[in-house]
Amino acid sequence: MIALELKNVRKNFGKTEIIRGVDLAVQAGERVAIIGPNGAGKSTLFNLISGRFEPSSGEIWLGEHRIDGKKPFEINRLGLSRSFQITNIFPKLSVFENLRCAVLWKLGYKYTFFKFLADLEDANDRAEALMERIRLDKKRDVLAVNLTYAEQRALEIGITIAGGADVVLLDEPTAGMSKSETKRFIQLIREVTEGKTLLTVEHDMGVVFGLADKIAVVVYGEVIAFDTPEAVRANAKVQEAYLGSAVAESQAAH
Amino acid sequence: MALTKTHYEFKPYNVARWIIWGLFALILLLAPKLFNSNLSVSMLSQMGVAIIACLSYNMLLGQGGMLSFGHAVYTGLGSYVAMHALLAAGSGSLPVPVTLIPLVGGLGGMFFAVLFGYVSTKKSGTTFAMITLGMAELVFAMSLMFSEFFGGEAGVSGNRVVGESFWGITYGPQIQVYYLTAAYTLVCVALMYAFTRTPLGRILNAVRDNPERVEFIGYNTQHVRYLAFIIAGFFAGIAGGLASVNFEIVTAEVVGSGRSGAYLLFTFLGGATFFFGPIIGAVLMVLAFVLLSELTKAWLLYLGLVFLFMVMYAPGGISSLIMMNLRLAAFGRLKQIWVAYVGLGVTALIGLAGTAAMIEMVYHLQLNTTASPELVFAGIALNATSFNSWFGSVFVMLTGFGLFELARRQYLHDWEETQVYIEKEIKRREAL
Amino acid sequence: MEFFFISMLNGLSYGLLLFMLSSGLTLIFSMMGVLNFAHASFYMLGAYIGYTLNGVFGFWTALFLAPVLTGALGALFERLSLRRVHVYGHVPELLVTFGLSYIVLELVQLVWGRTAVEFVPPALLQGPAFTLVQHSVNGLSLVWGAAPAELCNSADAAVRMVCTTFPATRGFMMLVALVMMLGLWLLLKRTRVGLVIQAALTHPEAVEALGHNVPRVFMTVFGVGTGLAGLAGVIGGSTFVTEPAMAATVGSIIFVVVVVGGMGSLGGAFLASLLIGVVQTFAVAFDYSLLMLLQQLGLATSQAMQNNSVLKLTLSQVAPILPYMFLVLILIFRPKGLLGTRET
Repeated sequence: MIALELKNVRKNFGKTEIIRGVDLAVQAGERVAIIGPNGAGKSTLFNLISGRFEPSSGEIWLGEHRIDGKKPFEINRLGLSRSFQITNIFPKLSVFENLRCAVLWKLGYKYTFFKFLADLEDANDRAEALMERIRLDKKRDVLAVNLTYAEQRALEIGITIAGGADVVLLDEPTAGMSKSETKRFIQLIREVTEGKTLLTVEHDMGVVFGLADKIAVVVYGEVIAFDTPEAVRANAKVQEAYLGSAVAESQAAH
Repeated sequence: MALTKTHYEFKPYNVARWIIWGLFALILLLAPKLFNSNLSVSMLSQMGVAIIACLSYNMLLGQGGMLSFGHAVYTGLGSYVAMHALLAAGSGSLPVPVTLIPLVGGLGGMFFAVLFGYVSTKKSGTTFAMITLGMAELVFAMSLMFSEFFGGEAGVSGNRVVGESFWGITYGPQIQVYYLTAAYTLVCVALMYAFTRTPLGRILNAVRDNPERVEFIGYNTQHVRYLAFIIAGFFAGIAGGLASVNFEIVTAEVVGSGRSGAYLLFTFLGGATFFFGPIIGAVLMVLAFVLLSELTKAWLLYLGLVFLFMVMYAPGGISSLIMMNLRLAAFGRLKQIWVAYVGLGVTALIGLAGTAAMIEMVYHLQLNTTASPELVFAGIALNATSFNSWFGSVFVMLTGFGLFELARRQYLHDWEETQVYIEKEIKRREAL
Repeated sequence: MEFFFISMLNGLSYGLLLFMLSSGLTLIFSMMGVLNFAHASFYMLGAYIGYTLNGVFGFWTALFLAPVLTGALGALFERLSLRRVHVYGHVPELLVTFGLSYIVLELVQLVWGRTAVEFVPPALLQGPAFTLVQHSVNGLSLVWGAAPAELCNSADAAVRMVCTTFPATRGFMMLVALVMMLGLWLLLKRTRVGLVIQAALTHPEAVEALGHNVPRVFMTVFGVGTGLAGLAGVIGGSTFVTEPAMAATVGSIIFVVVVVGGMGSLGGAFLASLLIGVVQTFAVAFDYSLLMLLQQLGLATSQAMQNNSVLKLTLSQVAPILPYMFLVLILIFRPKGLLGTRET
C-alpha cells in the first residue's frame, strides 16, 4: 500500500524553480532516507508535503487523501507529522506540557475548555509514556528552553510522534550532534518509528545506510535515484553527483 | 496504548490551593471593614471591576501572546449593553434582576467579540495589534454617530435601584454594590484561573510560544486565537456590566483608546507572565487613576516613565520581581540580599524625590500661571522660581542617583552570588 | 467642476502628508521590525519645535532645523532605550514606543501648554496658490495667487462668479512631500547607503555579517524616520493646527495606512495614503445621507425610516470612520494589504 506519493511536484519561488518535477512513491512501513547536496531542495520537499508551502503544480497524496494545498493542521489530522531542522518546540512550557499538547488533538479533546488537564488520564498517561521513551522523564518539569541541545532534539521528535501519526517526516534529526549522541538517537528513532512510514533527511551516511530501507537522492530539485542503499551506492549518476568522494565511502564502511 | 494501573496511586488533597483561594475570599469579604470610608468602598468596587478587566486582557496578552490595543471596546460595549438592559429592567420590559445585569454585559461583550474578533484574529503579532487599534478607533468614532445606543455626548444613565429587592438588597448603598462586585470578582477570577488549566488554555499558551508548530500538531492556530478572544470578551463584558451598575452612567470614553492603553499599561506593570500579575496591575490602576491623579498633575508623566523603565529593566512586571525573590527565599538566600534591597530602595527614593520635586515645580509653573510660585511637595515648602529650591532639588537628585549607582553595583554582586548558589543547589538536588 | 478639482488637490495634499508620516513608519518597521507607536508623537514634536524656531529664526530655518532636531531626538531615544529592549523581541519594542508616546505628550504639554499654539506660515505661503474663477459667461479661468475682488464679486446681477481657492500651504505641502519622495527614492536606489538599507530591510543578519555596523544603521534609520515625521510636523502644524491632540488624530490613521498598504511596503503606503486622503476629503464635503439617496431615487420612506439615526447619517458625519472601514474591508478581502509581500 502506498502511504505517500508525489506526482510531478513542482515549486517555484518567484522565477526560480526549486523543485523541478519530483515523482516519489513510498510504501507503508518503509524507511526512506532523503539525501542530496545542500540546496538541493530536501527541506523544501518536506515543507511541501507537510503543508508549510503550497506546490506550484503537481499532486501529493497521503494514502487516499490528496493533501497538496491543504493547511498544515489539516494534513496533520490526516496522519502525517513532521519535525524541524531548527528546533521548533514550545520554549516556555515544560517537557511534560510540550508532549501533552501534542497528544491532545489525537485524543479528541479539540478546543474544549470544560475539562481540566489534570483529569485527562489518557492524555497524561500517554505523555508520561512518551517521556520515558525519549528518555526525558527525569526532566519532566524543566522548561523546554532550559534543556540541552540534544535533549531539545529528543523533545522535538517526541512532539512529532506524540500524535501517533502513521507517516513521520524527520528533517535532519541528528543535526549538530556528536558521534555518540547520534548513535543513541538513531536507536531511539528506530524504536519510536517501529511500524510507521518514515522519511528522514540526513547528511550522515553512516546513519543513512544503517537506518534506511530505501534512499532517495535529490539533486537540483529532482530525484535522480530512489532505490535500496546498495543500488544507490553503485549508481553512477549518484556517485558522480554526491557520493564520489573517499570520505563518503569511508563513512559508509562503518 | 492502553495502560492499566498496576499500583494504587495516591493523590494528596491540594490543601495549599484551598488556603490561597480561601484567603482571597476572606480579603474580599473583609476589605470594606478595614477601609470603610465611602471613597474607599467605591475604590474597592472599582478594583474588583478592574481585576476582572485586566485578567481578561491578560488572557490575550500573557496567555495568548496577542497584544491588543482595543480591549476597552469589549468592556465598554459590555457596559452599554448592560446599561440598556438595566433601563429595560427598570421599565419592566426585561425581567432581569440587577444581580444578573453584569452577566448580560458579559453576553454583550461576547457578542461583539464574536463579531469583531473574526476580523481581528485573522492576523497575529504586530498586525493584530494595529487591527485592534483601528477597531477601537472605529467603535469610538461610531459612538458619536449612533446616538440611540451610545447616548451621544451625555452618554446613557440608569438607575440600579430597580426591580424587586431580595433579602433586603436593593443595591442602593455602595456597600451592597461592593459585595455584588466582590462575588463576581471571586467567581470570574476562579473561572479564568480554571481556564488556564484546560486543554484550550494550554494550547493557547502553545500558540503564544510557537504559533507555527501548533499547526503541525493538529490545531488551527487562528481558531484557537478566535476562541480565546471570545472568552476574553465575555469576561471583559462582565467587568463592563459591573461598572454600569457601579456608576449608573456610561459615556463614550469607556470604549476610548485611553482606557485600552490603561489596561495594557497596568497589566504589563503588574506582570503578564504570572496569573496574579494583572490583579496587582488592576489595583495599581485604580489607585493611580483615583488617588495619584489628585496628588499630582504630573501623574501621566510618572506613569509613562515607570512603564518605560519597567519594559526596559523588568519586562516581567511586578509579579515577576516577586516570584524572583520568592525563589530566593525558597533557597534561603533572601536574608543575604535584603540589605542590598534596602540600600537600593532608600537611594532610589532620594534620587526620585529630587527628580519629582523638579518635575512638580515645572508643572506648577506651567499650569498655575496666576498663582504664586510656592508649592508644597511632600511636606516641604518650595518656591518654583527660587534658585534655592532648584539647587536643592538637583543636589538631592544627583546625590540620590549617585548613591543608587553604588548600591546597584553592590546589589548586582550579591545577586550573582545568590544565583551561583542556587544553580549549585539545583545540581546537587538533581544528583540525589 | 472646480469643486472636484480643488477637493482632489486637497485630498491629494492630505494624502501626501499621510505618506510623509507613513513612509518613515514603514522604513523603521521594515528595517528594524519595530512598529514605532510614537511616530505621531515625533510628528507633534516637529510641529512644536518648528513653531518655536519659527518664532525665533523664521519659517525657512525652522523647516530645515526642526526635522533635524526631531531626528536627533529620535536617534537618541533609539540609542538609550530601544536598543536595550531589542533583545526581548518585537512586542517589548512596541511597548517601549507606546510608553514614549505618553511621555512625549506630557512633556509637550508641559513645555508649550495644553491649548493650541498659533503656528503661522510665512507670508509667502499665506493666501491661495491659485484661484479658479467660474464665470457664468466667460467660463472657467485660473488666476495665480489670490484673485482680485472684482473678479469674484459681480456688480451685475445677471452675471454670477464663483471663486474657489487652493491654499498655498497645501501646495507647499505637496511640493515638500514630492521632493521628499524623490530624495528617498534616490537615497534607496542610487546610493551605497541606500543599498545597505535595502539589504538590511530583509536580511539584517546577513548585512551585519558583511561587516556593516547594523546597530548604527538602525539608529540612523530610526533618526531619519523620525526626522521625516518631524518634517511632516512642521508642514502639517503650519497648515492645519498645532495642538496636543494632533498626535492622536493622525496617529491611528497612519497605522491604518500601513496595514492597508501592506506592512513593509513603501509603494503600498503611498497608494493607501493617497486613497485614504482623497476619500476622506471628499467624504467630509458631502452632506448626503442614505435617507436622502432613497428619497432621490423616489422610494417611499416611512416615518420610522425618516427618524432612523443610521439612515439620517450624512457622509460627512461618517467620514471619520472611513479609514477604519477600509481596514476592515482589506482584512477580509485582501489580508496582506494592497501591495504587501511580507507574511506576518
